[in-house]
Amino acid sequence: MVTHTQSARAGQRERAGEASGVAERSGPGLGQRLGGFLERSWRPFALLAALFVAWWGVTAAELVEPYLVPSPGNTFDAIAVRPEYFWEHTWTTTYETVLGFVIAIAVGVIAAVAMVQSSTLEKTLYPLLLFAQVIPKIAIAPLFVVWLGFGLGPKILVAVLMAFFPVVISMVTGLKSVDPEMLQLSSTMGAKSGQTFWKIRFPASLPHLFSGLKVAATMAVTGAVVGEFVGADAGLGFVILQANGNLDTPVLFAGLLIMSLLGVLLFVIVEWLEQLLLPWHASRRDEGASTTL
Amino acid sequence: MAGYAVEIDDVTVRFRSKKRDVTALADVTMHVEPGEFVSIVGPSGCGKSTLLKLSSGLLPASKGDVRLFGEPVNGPRKDIGYVFQKAALLEWRSARKNILLQAEMRKMPAKEAAARADELIEMTGLTGFEDALPHELSGGMQQRVALCRALLHRPPVLLMDEPFGALDALTREQMNVELRRIWQETGTTVLLVTHSIAEAVYLSDQVVMISARPGTVAGVVDVNLPVERDYGPTMAEPEFAKATRHIRDHLGAATAAE
Ligand SMILES: Nc1ncnc2c1ncn2[C@@H]1O[C@H](COP(=O)(O)OP(=O)(O)OP(=O)(O)O)[C@@H](O)[C@H]1O
Ligand SMILES: [Mg+2]
Repeated sequence: MVTHTQSARAGQRERAGEASGVAERSGPGLGQRLGGFLERSWRPFALLAALFVAWWGVTAAELVEPYLVPSPGNTFDAIAVRPEYFWEHTWTTTYETVLGFVIAIAVGVIAAVAMVQSSTLEKTLYPLLLFAQVIPKIAIAPLFVVWLGFGLGPKILVAVLMAFFPVVISMVTGLKSVDPEMLQLSSTMGAKSGQTFWKIRFPASLPHLFSGLKVAATMAVTGAVVGEFVGADAGLGFVILQANGNLDTPVLFAGLLIMSLLGVLLFVIVEWLEQLLLPWHASRRDEGASTTL
Repeated sequence: MAGYAVEIDDVTVRFRSKKRDVTALADVTMHVEPGEFVSIVGPSGCGKSTLLKLSSGLLPASKGDVRLFGEPVNGPRKDIGYVFQKAALLEWRSARKNILLQAEMRKMPAKEAAARADELIEMTGLTGFEDALPHELSGGMQQRVALCRALLHRPPVLLMDEPFGALDALTREQMNVELRRIWQETGTTVLLVTHSIAEAVYLSDQVVMISARPGTVAGVVDVNLPVERDYGPTMAEPEFAKATRHIRDHLGAATAAE
């Protein structure tokens, strides 16, 4: 597997470590990490800024009719005029998204663990999961509204359904990715299966889980909004539908913008959590950063 | 009855998969006295790792009996220490915590385990790297961590699968000297798989030669070197040269005959 490159790399490190005294291995401070984050992510921000300028340029030069594409100014005005309106609906969608995401994680992780424990269960559940994944959510969302009413229920359910699949798949992969020799070693230590799970299998699966969570985070936002499209009196999906009906493109654009930001924000939070909880993984992934210290 | 530490009687191991059947070991018989240091040499793929997994109960025998201290082995045994071909460390644990995994799994008293870990860390020259994560250690250091982990609970039998395969020649010699010393200090029975004939002869009381496909015992060489073995002088001993030549000829003949 990775052992070859890894040990070669480690060899270089060792020398660097001996020279500087490995004691200060505690990792970069918060300031440094923030600097590192900016350094790594200025490119997407630059691209974002460029797109923004393009948007502004297109509307300022009146290349398209304002009722088709509103200018950035108009869009922000739409928010500024009714900040509490947007705040309220953003909050509703955020609530649905986060709740759906959290439920999806809980159910997904438990399902994955159960499936890895029992292959019968895995064979039984997999087709069902796949079915739940491939069925278009927009098509079954109306049914949820019929069942659960206009409240938060159907939105959260759609969010859960959308976010659930990547969580299960990544967790199952993670739990199965453990080096079999590690498990053999564990059995020579007389470990109980619970010990092996908590000390070896579960931590080893976390990097996989987190890559699934990143996908799931963005899916949860989509799920909540899809749920709102089908029937709601609150939330960003509702705002967009209403604005669409009134041909109020500035509000529509404002809704889209906030919705995207919500997805990005959730993604960034998951990524940040990953760095916080799995520093060993992050430092291995972007090594080089530590050799130059 | 409990005369031998490791007893392998007329054992055959067959791997059966959809694509093919492989007989990894055929009619292997091998006895190891308590406190003895035995090395196993042989060409790649001849079943050396299989032999160690068999002794520890990680693999069942298709035929024959395996006993540890007179007790039949069926299922993984915990009265052993195992060093795998790869270091097999947990990436998220520091060197010290990887060593202490052994203690946690066995629920050893924390204080005693910590003291023993410190002792082993010093013995293997890992001092100063206790808090380093595996990816921050060189291959040799990772292997030393694995060795410490295998020794933490003072196992009566230590099984080592090419533990020094990834090391440079000089470090390897140092590790050999250390291992010899650790063995003398602890009185552990050691089964060592290695590709280095010199390593096998320097370290062992006995070298078992395995021939390839199917793996059978091609011969056993008793090493008549003194117990105290300084590295340089030992290498220069006529007995050392005799033993290595014997093994080389034997293995060469076994491979040539194939
Ligand atoms: N789990 C397994 N399933 C099927 N075949 C296996 C398995 N493990 C080992 N074998 C086969 O058994 C034979 C012996 O393997 P083993 O790993 O014991 O060799 P080895 O002597 O340790 O080799 P090396 O020196 O390269 O490590 C090989 O032919 C290998 O293909
Ligand atoms: Mg092997």
